[in-house]
Amino acid sequence: MTTVTAPSPLTAGEKGRAGDKFFSGLTFAAGALILVVLLFVTLFLVVNAYPALVASPAELTGESFFSYVWPLVLGTLLAAGLALLFATPVAIGVALFISHVAPRKLAKPVGYVIDLLAAIPSVVYGAWGMLFLAPLLVPIYDWLHTYLGWIPLFGDPSATGRTILTASIVLAVMVLPIITALSREIFVQTPKLHEEAALALGATRWEMIKMAVLPFARPGVISAIMLGLGRALGETMAVALVLSSGALGWNLLSEGNNTIPAEIAANFPEASGLRYNELIAAGLALFVITLVVNLAARWIVNRHKEFSGAN
Amino acid sequence: MKLTRIGQAAAVLSIAALGLTACGGSNNPGASSSGTAGSGTGSASGSASASEAPQVTGTLTGSGASSQQSAMAAWAEGADGIKSVQSGLKVQYSPDGSGAGVKKLIAGQVQFAGSDAALDADEQKQVQTFCGPEGAMNIPVYIAPIAVSFKLSGVDKLNLDASTVAKIFSNKITKWNDPAIAALNEGVTLPDAKITPIHRADESGTTDNFTEYLHSAAASDWSWDPAKAWPSDLSGESAAKTSGVVGLAAQTEGSITYADLAAATNLSHASIKVGEVFQEPTEEAAAKIVEASKRVESTNKNDMAVEIDYSNAPAGSYPVTMVSYQIFCQTYKDQNTVDMVKAWGTFVSSQAGQTAAQDEVGSAPLAATISDEAAKAIATITVAK
Repeated sequence: MTTVTAPSPLTAGEKGRAGDKFFSGLTFAAGALILVVLLFVTLFLVVNAYPALVASPAELTGESFFSYVWPLVLGTLLAAGLALLFATPVAIGVALFISHVAPRKLAKPVGYVIDLLAAIPSVVYGAWGMLFLAPLLVPIYDWLHTYLGWIPLFGDPSATGRTILTASIVLAVMVLPIITALSREIFVQTPKLHEEAALALGATRWEMIKMAVLPFARPGVISAIMLGLGRALGETMAVALVLSSGALGWNLLSEGNNTIPAEIAANFPEASGLRYNELIAAGLALFVITLVVNLAARWIVNRHKEFSGAN
Repeated sequence: MKLTRIGQAAAVLSIAALGLTACGGSNNPGASSSGTAGSGTGSASGSASASEAPQVTGTLTGSGASSQQSAMAAWAEGADGIKSVQSGLKVQYSPDGSGAGVKKLIAGQVQFAGSDAALDADEQKQVQTFCGPEGAMNIPVYIAPIAVSFKLSGVDKLNLDASTVAKIFSNKITKWNDPAIAALNEGVTLPDAKITPIHRADESGTTDNFTEYLHSAAASDWSWDPAKAWPSDLSGESAAKTSGVVGLAAQTEGSITYADLAAATNLSHASIKVGEVFQEPTEEAAAKIVEASKRVESTNKNDMAVEIDYSNAPAGSYPVTMVSYQIFCQTYKDQNTVDMVKAWGTFVSSQAGQTAAQDEVGSAPLAATISDEAAKAIATITVAK
């Protein structure tokens, strides 16, 4: 005790304060930097999109910019929405399996494999979808059309399988690891006391998950889904490779529909003049959609906060 | 190992020599049309004319059509050959797209442009600020037959005419055994299978030329204006880039697509009706239609822009052909640029340059008469007064 001279509280405080200041300055810089980058991206989009937004309709690809971008916006939302529809239940199932059901020996390797899926580049997913998945789905689409053809969604099937449904399935596989990994982390954090209390009251394992785990994890899972949605909305290569793009249509089994990122990727290399501005403006539209979707997600998360099992 | 090295060097030298012979104006047709790399006459005449040819140093910058990009690699190698004899001509080409290339030439940012379409009257006027009052010349340098390729098991030969092709690609004919197709293919058993037409998803010169053909040769069945983008109100399967459509067609039974002949391997190619006969897509047939085509009226007297006359194609020619140009100014500001452009342009349009491109990408070499004419046109490029 005597050999160690404790630093006087005053200097420690001074030093600590200096360190604190430095640290808070550093984090402030990081926070400001991301805003500045975002600002510049926004500025770039707005400045480059402006000529297309004010141009006379005759010079544009569609009858007006709105009529050009509207089908693309709907196509993007359709593809991303379908992808989430497919991916979310599976992802939550996998996450629950890893966190609460699987024996420890199995849970870890499955978790690693799922994380690995997230690291595969999207062009590989695209090639896989184009060369392997699409031909594989053709007979299934034929079957869907034969037996469920009275639903307008399952119209005349494509001979190549390059449809918006195939694109959505590829997107679903791509967003699956994101939603799974985040959900798993949140499920694991469910307070043990809540779980044990539920079990002590005689709940089965499923009831315990329903009463203790899911309510606690809801805001986190919604955030995870929104991150997945972000990836699905912005995915370029996979959609561009898998989809035979075309006009907007209800039929999920035929070619047609397109998404904003795929449209930009396909036409950007040869675009010049107003066409270039038009594509950037489409990018701006995607930017706005992403913003709106994220704000909506934030609102949902906040609304459910007080009911979460965490408090 | 050493032998092949020497062989390569000899090949490069002789290609350069052929380019130089043409460049020097002493256009010996025997030497230039032989075109075989490594021939003794080629290298001999090369060393003779190398002493006369002006020293060319510097970097030539071009921009434009991506269709020429792979041929450009072959030509740049040839330019390296020029470099080894003379002092140093470097060529930089960025495949920004035809429209962008022409814009850059008009703005004076590049010395030549590559374009799948010749300058129109408007652009010819605009280019005069950079190129002088006589404007610019379109020199055809890259001819590629566009094959109408299909995959249909049991059928490897198919005859089609413009109106049938137009109807297939506009989804009016949907079955392979349609009477319209059967009438053109007597004795061929056509299956009762669905036709899946596949088009380019991205904007491309191939689509532009293909729709131009359909628009001119089958106007009543193809109402859309020729454009680089596929008509947006026409649904159909699509894939990006030439490799994409060819790959997709190869894995889809009953498909039909259009693509650069050299790239459309693994597929069967339809013969297209020309006059009363059906012509297979070949390099020679493609070169022939360009040779037979009329010149477009132009304010520049050396302009070689051609307009393919689809309705009046001579026998043995293949009408669905893409012609890509390099666009040079009539005058440049300084002598060095003039020398570089002349050396480059003459080499590219020469038989040696054309053969190099054919070996590299399978394009159709220009007919010798067109090559000679191009050499003469390029020889008129001068320094601005």
